[in-house]
Amino acid sequence: MSSIIIDVNQLTKKFKEFSAVDHVSFQVNSGEIFAFLGPNGAGKTTTIKMLTTLLLPTSGTISLNWFNPVTQQDQARASFGIVFQDPSLDDELTAYENMEFHGVLYHVPQSLRKQRIEELLNIVDLWERKDQLIKTFSGGMKRRLEIARGLVHHPKIFFLDEPTIGLDPQTRNQMWDYVAKLNQKENITVFFTTHYMEEAERIAQRLAIIDHGKIIAHGSVEDLKNLTQTSTLEAAFLKLTGKAIREEEANPSEQMRLHRQMWRGRK
Amino acid sequence: MSTIYILWLRQIKRYLRSRSRIIGSLGQPLLFLVALGFGLGPIFQKAGGGNYIDFLAPGVIAQGILFTAIFAGIELIWDRQFGFLKETLVAPVSRFEIMLGRTLGGATIATFQGIIIFGLTLLVGFRPYNLWLLPMGLVIMFIIALFFTGVGTAIASFLDDMQGFQLIMNFLVLPLFFLSGALFPLKGAPDFLSLSAKLNPLTYGVDALRDVLSNITQFGIILDISVLGVLTLLILVLGSYLFSKIQI
Repeated sequence: MSSIIIDVNQLTKKFKEFSAVDHVSFQVNSGEIFAFLGPNGAGKTTTIKMLTTLLLPTSGTISLNWFNPVTQQDQARASFGIVFQDPSLDDELTAYENMEFHGVLYHVPQSLRKQRIEELLNIVDLWERKDQLIKTFSGGMKRRLEIARGLVHHPKIFFLDEPTIGLDPQTRNQMWDYVAKLNQKENITVFFTTHYMEEAERIAQRLAIIDHGKIIAHGSVEDLKNLTQTSTLEAAFLKLTGKAIREEEANPSEQMRLHRQMWRGRK
Repeated sequence: MSTIYILWLRQIKRYLRSRSRIIGSLGQPLLFLVALGFGLGPIFQKAGGGNYIDFLAPGVIAQGILFTAIFAGIELIWDRQFGFLKETLVAPVSRFEIMLGRTLGGATIATFQGIIIFGLTLLVGFRPYNLWLLPMGLVIMFIIALFFTGVGTAIASFLDDMQGFQLIMNFLVLPLFFLSGALFPLKGAPDFLSLSAKLNPLTYGVDALRDVLSNITQFGIILDISVLGVLTLLILVLGSYLFSKIQI
């Protein structure tokens, strides 16, 4: 009954000899909340980047809302909204200006834009602060604003790349409430990654686990628990991916991220 | 069109809101004007060079534009990882529009900066020789700004972290300024210095600006603007090519 809105087939991304994503295939049904899990460096972010047109696949195919992100870039882009792992708001602009900017980029007509911005800012409880600069916002407020912003153009699919990292439990809960509400009300397909297994267990209807660039499990939370004979998703996850800690080499953006956190602390 | 406009507007808003940055960036040109202008002025005069402030002011204005423009371009590195840019790269708009909006925005603020420094030069006693030529001066300032924002963007397209920033400052921006004839006349300079200045795009910007503001020129404004115009077109083409290839 449900149709497939994200269809990934044998997707591969090689960086020189290293396969970050290795013949990955999975499907996401329209209207479902789908979690994409995996240890550090497993290939999650690389996969999201390919789905969202930021990175070209080495081979394999993607269908996103029936568009091909490689050949039908603009249609594919108009189909989704995204919250990146790193905040991508403009600190020197106000909340309203950030929303407005997004609306213009996605060609939302002016009157509709105004109406949607007001509606969304109210949903995430930021309407009162619409004229404040982002640099005065807390981490949780920024996240909420990013969620609202990603929805200004009414996307069919919403990508959230570790959206709750660095947030306190209250904010995390609240954030997932918003997302679940949106999923139900607007029938938006949600595709998210997280390191918090209890979040995935609670929110996701189906999920896939990726490790070393390959999908190692795929199904509902119950399917995974049954498969591994465990009682929680976390236990299932550890059984599937092993307990060894993954060391990630610091790449330039990792270094910049550290640098940035340092500077933020000083202000 | 609306994409270009909103990206341009964003740069302008950011610039106008960072007052401390504006004021901070005026320190350097002021120092050049006071220390060099008043310090070397008498010697320059004695050597028969004329009024040094007249000679120096266009050079210092060009310096301010150079620094602001290159920096506006290079900010792309930061923006790509943590800013708005990532947002814009997944939006259904062409890379060319994004690059153009950004570059025009950067060039506009660099031109603003040039205008403010022009104000400073008036304070230290500079007087443009013909007020009717001021609009022409503005056009030249904008071309200089456009060219160097393009240079900054092109550089930023293939650097992936800010580590290289210091390198660019010391081995590109400062030499561009000091070896451009902004501070000294090329006539009578040693051959290697005069040659390196002739290979430096800023030299032509400074010379054109000096022509319309102070009526002093080495190459003539036609040659200056032709060189700068062609280079600006080339760098914009190169910049948009490199920008279109960015993957995150």
